[in-house]
Formats: sequence, C-alpha cells, structure tokens
Amino acid sequence: MSTKTRLPSFSLHDMQGGNYDFPNGKTSLLCFVKEDCPTCQLSLPLIEIIQKTFSSVVEVLLIGQDHAGNISMIETHQLATSLLNDDALKVSFEYDLDTVPTIFLTDSVGNALMQFIGFGKQDWIDLIQKLSDITGIPVPAIQWDSYPESHPGCGSRSVEPGIAERLEAESSGSPLRARQIDIATHDDVHEFLFDQGLTDGLPVIPPTPERVLRMIKGSHRDAQEIVADIPPNLAPATVEKIAINAVMAGCKPDYLPVVITAVEAMCTDEFNIHGVSATTMGGTPAVIINGPIREKIEMNSGLGALGAGHRANATIGRAIRLVLRNIGGAKTGGTERSTLASPSKYTLAFAEREERSPWEPYHVQHGFDQTESVVTLFAVTGGPSLVVDQNSRTPEQITGSIAMVMESIPHPRARGDQDILLVLCPEHLDTITKHGWSKQNFLDEIQKATLKPLRNLLADEHSGVGASLAEFGKKGPDEKDLERLVPKFASTSNIHLVVAGSDAGKFTSVFQGWATGPRGSMVVSRKIEG
Amino acid sequence: MTMKILDPTDERKPIKRELTSRPEHISGVVGLLDISKPRGNVLLNRLEQLFDERLPGVEIRRYTKPTFTKPAPEDLRRKISEECGFVIEALAD
Repeated sequence: MSTKTRLPSFSLHDMQGGNYDFPNGKTSLLCFVKEDCPTCQLSLPLIEIIQKTFSSVVEVLLIGQDHAGNISMIETHQLATSLLNDDALKVSFEYDLDTVPTIFLTDSVGNALMQFIGFGKQDWIDLIQKLSDITGIPVPAIQWDSYPESHPGCGSRSVEPGIAERLEAESSGSPLRARQIDIATHDDVHEFLFDQGLTDGLPVIPPTPERVLRMIKGSHRDAQEIVADIPPNLAPATVEKIAINAVMAGCKPDYLPVVITAVEAMCTDEFNIHGVSATTMGGTPAVIINGPIREKIEMNSGLGALGAGHRANATIGRAIRLVLRNIGGAKTGGTERSTLASPSKYTLAFAEREERSPWEPYHVQHGFDQTESVVTLFAVTGGPSLVVDQNSRTPEQITGSIAMVMESIPHPRARGDQDILLVLCPEHLDTITKHGWSKQNFLDEIQKATLKPLRNLLADEHSGVGASLAEFGKKGPDEKDLERLVPKFASTSNIHLVVAGSDAGKFTSVFQGWATGPRGSMVVSRKIEG
Repeated sequence: MTMKILDPTDERKPIKRELTSRPEHISGVVGLLDISKPRGNVLLNRLEQLFDERLPGVEIRRYTKPTFTKPAPEDLRRKISEECGFVIEALAD
C-alpha cells in the first residue's frame, strides 16, 4: 500500500466495548499489533509515548489481532492507548497486512501520510518528528539507546494458513457465488451430504468455502467462467462448481486444471457423455493423462496404475463423476440406467508410463507435442480384462495372445463398431518391441490376427450374436461371401494403446468401449491449459 | 457453531411434473416413435396392426430418431407435438 492512498474505513470496538470509527476527522496513527509478536512488544512503549504526547491532536489507535492477547497487552503495558479488538481479522484482511507491527500515519480523512512495518529506529524517529511538525508539539525525550536499530516483524494473523482463506471467502471481494448451506450444530455434515444425495455412496470432503477457495486457486481461470453445460440437466458448470465437486472428491488444488479439462472433453458432442451415462450397457469415462503434469501431480502410471492407493488417480476420476451427478443431475435410477454398471463408475483415471516405452506416447501419436499435458477420455463399458500370458517369447506369440483376448470383447463375433482401450504392461511391451516393431506394426498385426472369415461369424444355434443370414437376401451368402475375411476393428485407429504398469508381471489389460462414431462416443483428447 | 458448505448442485430445485390427464377415448393422430434400437420396428409394426384392427378411425404416423443414444432432435420433437395428439415411443432390443 503506497503513501497518499485512501485507507479503508472501519468501525471497531475497544476492549471495554467503546466504538471507534476510522477516519474520524482527526490525524490518526493506526498501529496493527499482536501479543505474541516480540517486535510489537518492543514497539508498544513508543506508541504509549506518542499517545501521551500527541493525543490532544492525534488519534492513536492500537489494533490487536486476538482477544486474549489484547487483554494481556493492556495488563502488561498498562496501556493508556485505546486497543481496538480485530479478533475477527476483518480489518487486518481489508488492509492486506502481511506483517505486524504495521504502522500508518493518516490525515484527517484517512489518506496515508506515512507507513512502515516491523521495527526500524529511524522510522520511529521520523514518525515522531512528523507528528511534531504536524501538531507543533515538541518531540518528546526518548532513550533511543535502549532500542535496536531494527527488528523484523512477525506474520499477521490474517495471513496464517486456514485463516487467510476464510477471510477471503467471507470478504466482499470473494470470488465465491455458490449457494451456502448451513449445517446445524447438532447435525453431522457427512450424514447430511449422504441424505441430500450429494455423494457417490462413499463419504466426501465437506466443501467449505475455505477449501473451495483453495481449490479455485489451483487454476488460473475465473471462478465464474462456464466450462461446459453438463447433461442431462444441461446445467452450466462454472470453475467454482467444478471446484466444489473436486473438493468433495478429495482432489488437491493442483489437480483442478486436469479435472476442468476432463469436464470440457466429457461434454463435447463427440464424447456424448449423456449417452455414455444413460446406456443400460453401463458406461463411464476412463481418464488418461499424458505429458509433464503427470509428475507434477504425482499421477500413478506404474505399479497398480489402475488400482487404489494414489490420490491423484483416485480423486480426478471421482471428481468428474461427482460433477456429472451433482451439477448434471445424472443419478443412478434417474438417467443413469446401467443394468449392472461397474466399479469404474466410482473413478477411473491413470497416466501413461511414457518413459518406459520406445514408442511415441498416446498424445504424441494424436498430434500433440511431447511437452504438452493432455487429458484423453475413453468411454469404458467393461474391463479391465486381463491378458495373462507368461509363456510367449516372440512378438508374434504375445501379439496373438493379446489379439485373442481383444477378439473376445465384447463378444468373439462382434465386429466393427467399437473402440478398445489396450493398457500394455512393460514386460509384454519388451517382448513385442525386442526386434524393433513400431506401434503401427503391432496394431497391424492385431488386425491381421483377428481377421476371421464371415463363415465363423454368423449367428447360429449356439449364439444369437453374429452376422445375420438375412443380410444376404433370400439367396443367402455364397461361398465367396462366407470366405471373406472380416476385421475385428474398423481400423487400427479404433485400438487405443497406452503403456502402464510395473516392470514385473506379464499382465496386459483391455477395456471394452461403447458404440463408437457419431452415434455413440468417440475418444476425445484435450490439452490441459492451467 | 454451524458449519457452512457450498452447494455442489446446479441449484435448480426440481419441479415435480404432473402427468397430463388421460383422455377417455383415442382419436385423431397417434405417432409411433422408433428410437432406432434393434427390433423397435417389430414392436411398432405390431402396434400399428392392432390400431388398424381395433381403432380404424385413428391415423397412425411413424417417426424415427436418428440414434437411440441421443435425445430426439428439437425439430423432430416439434414436428411430433404439432402433428399428433398421442405418441408411443418404443424401446426394444
């Protein structure tokens, strides 16, 4: 705060209940102090001398930051100066204090004429000289030898962790706009949140204003920026609303840019989250993270990448599910109508272990720069199904095993209209790449290995799933039709391959997609923008 | 001391919607909406046949959603509401 600026007005009570207004038409000295600050204690005798010398012309106001400390200061120093109680720290916050003591000399209407922080002998000598100049009262005699040249101040209580966020949340400049809910003293906040249907069935972190404010600061975006309209209610999701749900999910503020980007990607027409949520097949987004942010937020891409135990993985996936549920109104039994659903509907987020692979990472394969951080959303309806192969030693063998499992998803005869997410473990990757196969080589081999003649893909008395003879008209398929080789996937671009998992173990995982293309859900990747 | 939390929802209080009262008789135009699920047409064909037999004075009009995975397009919903007094939507598999 520079000099000659108009200081905020305030009204405070002293410790006896008397009311003081600032400014009050007099030259004023404001001294912000707290009892457990040695530098404030050092300064108090000087403030008392100023009070005794200049009080006929100058209003000297001590402003103390905690109730018990204020009483102690009055008793210890037998203060004649009025000590105003800023226990609530509203005035300290409004003055943007970092340090106590902070001293302001003001004119009669509240313009700052001089200010300093901490203890500086010369500052006090200058202040007293200035007061003398203003009032015409001689400078009092002070034993300056007993004072140090300088002494640093202490942190203002208004910037202590936890308090600063509360003050900001309660201030008139707060970025928060969401409706506040008061939980009664005798109510249990966790039970309240369950009763209101605001959780996924597991406890959530209560989204207090302080926590939400900290969360919002994890992103550079404005708190009221609308990120997307969330189906089925098509309700606008502001950064603040997403932050509330991210708090509930257990996210750290650093994760918020990832959650926001995932929400954006989820609400594109291409991803079609409404269909993914509503389908009786039971769909949910798998969140895959690439790029440098993986390390910054400690996403797990290694041992147990698809499982429990890592905060970023667990809470980022959960946050977007809570956004869908709470902001969008997608609730189980409402528009969420999965026949069985899967545990992935609680959370599913992991990172690619890019450094372990000789191949380009998923985001680079899809046109992003290696240095960019990217969120990819894949609509999962089943899995992970394990490819258990501890015996294959050649690229052809392991590719064959993976192809066999992939072919069985969602049904050995199902062809064409689907994406699949393949999470390749490092040991299988090593076997595939030991003779230099590229990622595309491998995907081409999967396509070849899953080619089947139409003859083997017809619906029959063993299963109603498969190509129907009716598709070939009254005449039915001829021999040439029956020998035609049909690929499992429309193209290799339907196979979404990422590398993850620990160095030990020959277990690759496969996730089943939903219907793909414009009538279903397409995989969406978005750059994370902070 | 009460605890304050922030509302994680869209803050729209749900409005309870009442079902439109059911008429005594069916007359005019009945729309049959196929949502494009497999075999939905089988169900609707049978319904149309039953209407023809039992309520020959009723006109049947058929409509189809582009895909069952997404809500019906605005134009289609408007067309049905303008043309029909009744609509039957078929879910099938």
